[in-house]
Amino acid sequence: MSVSEMSHVIDQEELAIARAERFERIGKWALPAIVLIAVLVLWDRVVVWNGIPHYILPGPGLVLQTLIEDWATLFDSLMVTLKITLMALGVAVVGGVGLAVLFTQSRFVEMSFYPFAVILQVTPVVSIAPLIFIYVDSKLTALLLCAWLVAFFPILSNTTLGLNSTDHNLRDLYRIYGATRWQRLRFLQLPAALPYFLGGLRIAGGLSLIGAVVAEYVAGTGGIGSGLAFRILEAGYRLNIPRMFAALLLIAATGVLIFAATSLLSHLLLRKWHESAIKKEG
Amino acid sequence: MDGSAVITDPKTASAALLPLGQRPRLLEMSAVDKIFNGDVVALRGMSLSVHQGDFISLLGPSGCGKSTALRLIAGLMRPTSGAIRWEGGQQKGDLGVVFQEPTLMPWATVAQNVWLPFRLRGRSFSSVRDDVLWALKLVGLEKFQTAYPRELSGGMKMRASIARALVTQPRLILMDEPFAALDEITRHRLNNDLLELRDKLNCTVIFVTHSVFESVFLSDRIVVMAARPGRVSRELTVDAPYPRGEVFRTSAAYAELCRAASDALHGAMNEHGERDRA
Repeated sequence: MSVSEMSHVIDQEELAIARAERFERIGKWALPAIVLIAVLVLWDRVVVWNGIPHYILPGPGLVLQTLIEDWATLFDSLMVTLKITLMALGVAVVGGVGLAVLFTQSRFVEMSFYPFAVILQVTPVVSIAPLIFIYVDSKLTALLLCAWLVAFFPILSNTTLGLNSTDHNLRDLYRIYGATRWQRLRFLQLPAALPYFLGGLRIAGGLSLIGAVVAEYVAGTGGIGSGLAFRILEAGYRLNIPRMFAALLLIAATGVLIFAATSLLSHLLLRKWHESAIKKEG
Repeated sequence: MDGSAVITDPKTASAALLPLGQRPRLLEMSAVDKIFNGDVVALRGMSLSVHQGDFISLLGPSGCGKSTALRLIAGLMRPTSGAIRWEGGQQKGDLGVVFQEPTLMPWATVAQNVWLPFRLRGRSFSSVRDDVLWALKLVGLEKFQTAYPRELSGGMKMRASIARALVTQPRLILMDEPFAALDEITRHRLNNDLLELRDKLNCTVIFVTHSVFESVFLSDRIVVMAARPGRVSRELTVDAPYPRGEVFRTSAAYAELCRAASDALHGAMNEHGERDRA
């Protein structure tokens, strides 16, 4: 058999692999879309066939209609929740990374404070939130504090892990070359911690949204009274179930958006060198 | 540069390598002990004079303290007793190091990795770009400046690591089994290239290895070490002129030297009725 003939031979196994890859590519989007449509249709039919009143279970169409009709109100609330979420995430990043750096720079500080960071993390925020609302006058600050409490820990623990995960030979090399503490942090530990930090950020993004919503619930109608969670509570009291669903939809969409944004950020920052962002070659 | 006037600038033609015995002293290790946990003797009574231009191999089985000796010279640990003295005192930038792993920073390009020793001395990249390029050219990586380490083969990563060790033109280069993890063909080629570099730069090298062939091919002094406790067993001189290449590798003299080194190594391993043979 000549070489040119050889190069056109694609065996059964290769074909099977190609088929599997095609299925993977299409299925990743098509399958969830099919499931979503099926559930929506089923939901709609269940409501219509059983004649369920909209104050018990609204159909998907009505939810969408409410979303559009109440858009002005809901959008304002979304902005309030989003603002608290993003501010909390920002403070969590600053606080988490700052504490992590402090911990790796001083073993003394780490030994003194790490246990309390864990205690803060494992105590449910719902149980701390009422106290926070008693002692903190500004509702905004209180909400922010609650969201931060939930969100900062994954960033702290991941970044600490990353800062301590530098290659020991590289650490030796830095020592041999007489690197200062600051140089080691700046050129070695921070870049090494970046993938870990970004992993923590993805978790913290979702958690800060949860923290913001939970805090709003606890603050209740006496709170600043305009976030999405407040809208859900308010709509619940008025038996405006379609609006509850519409607000819920917005919260879920926000969560997905935050996750997508942090994933994109992670990809952009790591694509050049980190294994997690590199597609298998060859 | 950096006040290290002791070395001749390799970028200009370097002074001819003086014969063994006439080279000025660079470093003196005298009666160094290193004891871990109070009773594990990693190194006992090691004395070694390193002279400018020496290519010294530390040859021995695992556990003979050859890596410990290297870490002591690198200043990563301090001797339990004894002393290590640099001629004219040790300064920042006197050392270049190559580990068994390439030990490159994966987030930095090849050029940025080679820049590191300068960067840690506060030098900007643009101020040392010529030096970085020079070092990369020496190891044949000038076309890969902007590549990331993951894009390089194992041998090329090791070349980048060697370029980083050379870039500051240190007085002494320490190599800790740098080619042990590479395949035979790559190792062979890197050995040849390392000798070529050495002929160009007349650099001083301490090279840790457990390969008899490697130590004979590369070095002019072989320090054979024994284990339990780690110590110097004997020292051999490889009396073959540089440059060495394939001709030397296939010569009868090489085979004879390898046998002598091998005998010395086995002698070291059997000292004091050692139970285990590597």
